[in-house]
Amino acid sequence: MTNTIADITTQSKCIFIIGSNTTEQHPVIGIKVRRAKRYLGAKLVVADPRRIDIADYADLYIRHKPGTDIALLNGLMHIIIRESWHDQEFIATRTEGFEELKATVEKYTPQMVSEITGVPVEQLEAAARMLAENRPGALLYAMGITQHTVGVLNVMSCANLQMLLGNIGKPGSGLNPLRGQSNVQGACDMGGLPNYYPGYQRVNDPAVRQKFEQAWGVSLSDQVGLTVTEMVDAAGRGDIRCLYIIGEDPMTSEPDLNHVRHALENTHFLVVQELFMTGAAECADVILPAASFAEKEGTFTNTERRIQRVRQAIEPPGEARPDAWIIVQLAKRMLALGAVSPRDDAPYAGWDYWGVSDVMREINTLTPIYAGVTYQRLEEGAQLHWPVPDEHYPGTPILHVNKFSRGLGKFAAVDHMPPAELPDDEYPFILTTGRVLYHWHGGAMTRRARNLKTMYPEAMIEIHPHDARKVGIRDRQLVKLASRRGEIVSRALVTDRAAPGLVFATFHFPESAANFLTNPALDPLAKIPEYKVCAVKVVPMPDDQRL
Amino acid sequence: MTVTLTINGQKVTTAEGSTILEAARSAGIYIPTLCHHPDLSNVGACRICVVEVVGARNLQTACTTPIAEGMVVYTDSEIVRATRRFVLEMLLSDHPNDCMTCEVSGDCELQDLVYDYGVKWPEHKGKRHNWEIDPDPNPFVFIDRNKCILCGRCVRACAEIQNRDVWNFAHRGFRTKLVAGADQFMLDARCESCGQCVAYCPVGALYDKMSLGKGRANQVQKVRTTCSYCGVGCNFDLNVRDGRIVRVTSAPDAPVNGMALCVKGRYGYDYVHHPDRLTAPLVRARWLQGVEEKLKGGEWQVFVPQGNGRDGGDGSDHLTVTPDTFIQTDWDTALDVVARKFAEEKRLHGSGAFGMLASAKCTNEENYLFNKFARQILGTNTIDHCARL
Ligand code: SF4
Ligand code: SF4
Ligand code: SF4
Ligand code: FES
Repeated sequence: MTNTIADITTQSKCIFIIGSNTTEQHPVIGIKVRRAKRYLGAKLVVADPRRIDIADYADLYIRHKPGTDIALLNGLMHIIIRESWHDQEFIATRTEGFEELKATVEKYTPQMVSEITGVPVEQLEAAARMLAENRPGALLYAMGITQHTVGVLNVMSCANLQMLLGNIGKPGSGLNPLRGQSNVQGACDMGGLPNYYPGYQRVNDPAVRQKFEQAWGVSLSDQVGLTVTEMVDAAGRGDIRCLYIIGEDPMTSEPDLNHVRHALENTHFLVVQELFMTGAAECADVILPAASFAEKEGTFTNTERRIQRVRQAIEPPGEARPDAWIIVQLAKRMLALGAVSPRDDAPYAGWDYWGVSDVMREINTLTPIYAGVTYQRLEEGAQLHWPVPDEHYPGTPILHVNKFSRGLGKFAAVDHMPPAELPDDEYPFILTTGRVLYHWHGGAMTRRARNLKTMYPEAMIEIHPHDARKVGIRDRQLVKLASRRGEIVSRALVTDRAAPGLVFATFHFPESAANFLTNPALDPLAKIPEYKVCAVKVVPMPDDQRL
Repeated sequence: MTVTLTINGQKVTTAEGSTILEAARSAGIYIPTLCHHPDLSNVGACRICVVEVVGARNLQTACTTPIAEGMVVYTDSEIVRATRRFVLEMLLSDHPNDCMTCEVSGDCELQDLVYDYGVKWPEHKGKRHNWEIDPDPNPFVFIDRNKCILCGRCVRACAEIQNRDVWNFAHRGFRTKLVAGADQFMLDARCESCGQCVAYCPVGALYDKMSLGKGRANQVQKVRTTCSYCGVGCNFDLNVRDGRIVRVTSAPDAPVNGMALCVKGRYGYDYVHHPDRLTAPLVRARWLQGVEEKLKGGEWQVFVPQGNGRDGGDGSDHLTVTPDTFIQTDWDTALDVVARKFAEEKRLHGSGAFGMLASAKCTNEENYLFNKFARQILGTNTIDHCARL
C-alpha cells in the first residue's frame, strides 16, 4: 500500500474498491471502510463481478464482467479526461506519458466500454463523476486485479487512474494493494523472490551482488531464479531435483493441482517444513515440524508496510521448532560438510545468531529500507512503516509524497485483452475463485479451528438462481464442476451474489479445491496464474453419489 | 479554542466541545463510567458518571455534558457519591450474585464500582429477571442476559465499530431486552462473529464461548502479538494458562485495529493446539539406515497420523516398514539426512538442482535466513513464495 489503513479510512473522500472482497478477506479494513462511509462521509465505489458483502454498503456498485478491468478503468479515464476532471497540475509536475495515455483511452468510449464490461453507460458516467468530485480518493485492490493473465497491466491501469486524479502522495489517497497473508509483505521484503535480494535489490545488479558477496563471503549467482509456477514445472520435468518448502502448501494454492501433485511426486528430494500434514507434506521425503506464530519470536510486516512484533506465548508441541532454528541448523551442517566455504573475513559469513534480534541486525545492515528497524525501537512502541533508512528516521507512512521513487510517475497506456480462456459450448460458465470470511488460504489452519469449521464446514460453489434453474440445480445440491484440467464435487449455494454466467469456488478445502480446475496461464510479467477466470461446466449430481 | 473550568477546586483548561468527563480525564481526575467507552458515542444511559455542576438544577452526566467557560464542577461530593451508590444498588437489585463463578470476576467494571462504593448485595428487593442462559446457538458469543446492565455498549460497538447493527433493545422498562435483529439468533441477524460486542461489554453478559471455564483474568498471562492470518496486521493479547492459549482479548492500544478483530483473529487460534500438529521430524525409511534396530530400541517410531483416533507412539510392532514409510526420528538424524543430501546434490548437479519456497506465514527473520540459505549456501536465486496466489 502507498498509504496507511488509518489515513485511508479517516481522510479519504472516496474509497474505490476493485477486485477486493474486503469485508471477508481483510475484515478489519472492511469494517473501517464501512465506518468511513457511514460516519465520516466518504463515498464508496465497489467494482466486482460478484456482489460481495462490501457492495451492499456502496454508493455505487459496478458489476463488470470478469477479466474486463482494463476496459472499465480506461472507460472511467476516458470520461474524466473528456470532462477535464483530471488533475492537470499533478500531471504536469509529477508524471510523464500523459499524451500516450490520453490517446489510448480516447478509444474507450462509454458505449464501447459498456459493451465489453456489461456496465450501463450511465453507471460509468456516475462513477467517473463520483471519483472526480470526491478527492482525495483511495483505490484498494487485491487478488481480483492481480490474478489474471493481464494482472500487471491491471495494476498499471489502477495506477493510471490514481495519477490522473492526482490521488497519490497525500493522506486519504494512493494505490493500495491489500496483501493476503500475515507476512506476505515481509516474505517479499526479505528476498523470498527470484529476482531480488532483501529490500528489492536486484540480483542482476553487479553493485548489489558485490555487496552481498562481501557480506556473506561467497560468490553469488547473477541469474534471476525461477518463480514458483516455473519451479513446479521444472520439478515435474526433473530439472529441479530438490525442493525445500516452508509454511506453504502448493497442493492447494497452485493452479492445476493435478499437475502440481505430479511434479511434487516426481521431485527427487522434497523437504517440507510445516505445522500440519498438508498435501505437499504427504509427498515429502522429509518433514520438519515447525512452530506456530504463538511459539516463536520475530516480526511481521503488514500490508501497509508496518513492522510489528510477533511474541512467543507458549512452547511448541513435542519436537516442533521455530523455522529460524531449523534453517540455522541446516545451514551450519551444510557449512560443516563443506557444501560452501565462505571467506572467514566476511562479516556475515557465519550462522551464529544469538536470537532473532541478531538476525534483524544483519537485515539492518544489508537492507536499506529496513536499516532503522530495530527490536529496541519496536519494543519502545515506534510505529515503523518502511522505508526506514536509519535508526532515527520515523518511518514512511505515505509513499511518493513529493516525488515517485523513479522520479516522475509514468502513465503506461494499456489496452483491454480478453482472458486466456473464455466460456464455450462445452464449458459455458466462467469460474472465479476466492475466499470466505471463516476460512483462510489453503485452509490448513482454519479447518483445524473447531468453530470456524463449524461455521463453514465444507466447500460450496456459488451460482446465480437463473443459471441454477437452467442447469437444474437446487440450493445445497451436490454438483460436479469440471474444466479442461480437472473436476471437483461440491455443494451449490444458489445466490444472486454470483453474476449470471459466473460460478465462484474457494480453495480452502483440499478435496474440492478450485485449483483442480484453474488455468495455469500466467501473467507474462508477474507470473501470476489466472485464478479469476477460467471456463467450466456445472453438472448436477444425485446426493448419494458423493465419495 | 480552549475553555477553562474548575474541577474539584483545580483549574482545568482543555479544548472547547469536550465533555466534563474528557476534561476531568485530561487532568487526571477520575470519574467512574459504565455506558461510556472512549471509542463509542455517548448516550448517558447509566448515570454512574453524575457530577455536581454549580448552578445546575440536577446532577449532570459527565460523559454527555459539554464544558463551558467558568464552569465549577465537583466529581466526588457526598450527593454525587450517594447518587452513584443508588445507581449501583438499582443495578444489583436485578443482577445475579454470581461473582464466585462469573467468567469476568476480577475484570468487571460493575464489580469494581460496587467494591469502590461499598455497596452491599440486596437480598430481596424487587423483581429479578430469569433469562435463559446461553440461548444462542452461535459458536462464539455466550449470552447471559441476567447480567446485562443495559448499558448499550455492545449495541454501539456493533453499529459503530463493526457497522453491522446486529444488537438493539426491545420493549421498555423492566421488560427491556437486548435482542439480536428482530429477536433472532445472532447469525440470522447478519452477525459476522467478530466478537466486538463481547470485547466492549463491561460485565459478564457477553463472553467468548470458546473460553468459558478456561481461566479468569487473574489466572492467565497475556502476551501481545500480531495475528497470523491476513495482512491487516491486527494486534491482540494471547491469554495463556498452563501452556495453552485459552482466549484472545483485544488490546485497546493496538496500532492498526484498536479493539477490533475479525472472527479468525479472535476465535481462530485453536489450530495451534490441534492434535494434527506435527511434533517430530519425519523421514521416509528409504533415506535412513538401521531403521529396524532403532524402531526396536524405541528411539524411533513409525509415524501414525494423529487425529484418526489412534495415538502416535507405539504402533511400530504392528506396522510393516516400506521404503515409503514415514519414520519419526530425532532432530540430529533428520537434519543430517537433509544436509547430506543437499550437499551431495549440489556437488553432483550444481545449484540449479534446487528450488525453495519461502513462506508468507513465517517471520521476516525466518524469510531472511531462508533467502540467505538459498543464495549463500545453495547458490541459487530460485526462491519464491505463494504471495502471488
Ligand atoms: S459478534 Fe460482531 S457482528 Fe456479531 S453481534 Fe457482536 S459485534 Fe455484531
Ligand atoms: S450485553 Fe453487556 S454491553 Fe450489552 S447492554 Fe448488556 S451489559 Fe451492556
Ligand atoms: S484479526 Fe482478522 S483482520 Fe485482523 S489480521 Fe487477523 S485475520 Fe486479518
Ligand atoms: S457513563 Fe455517563 S451515563 Fe453512563
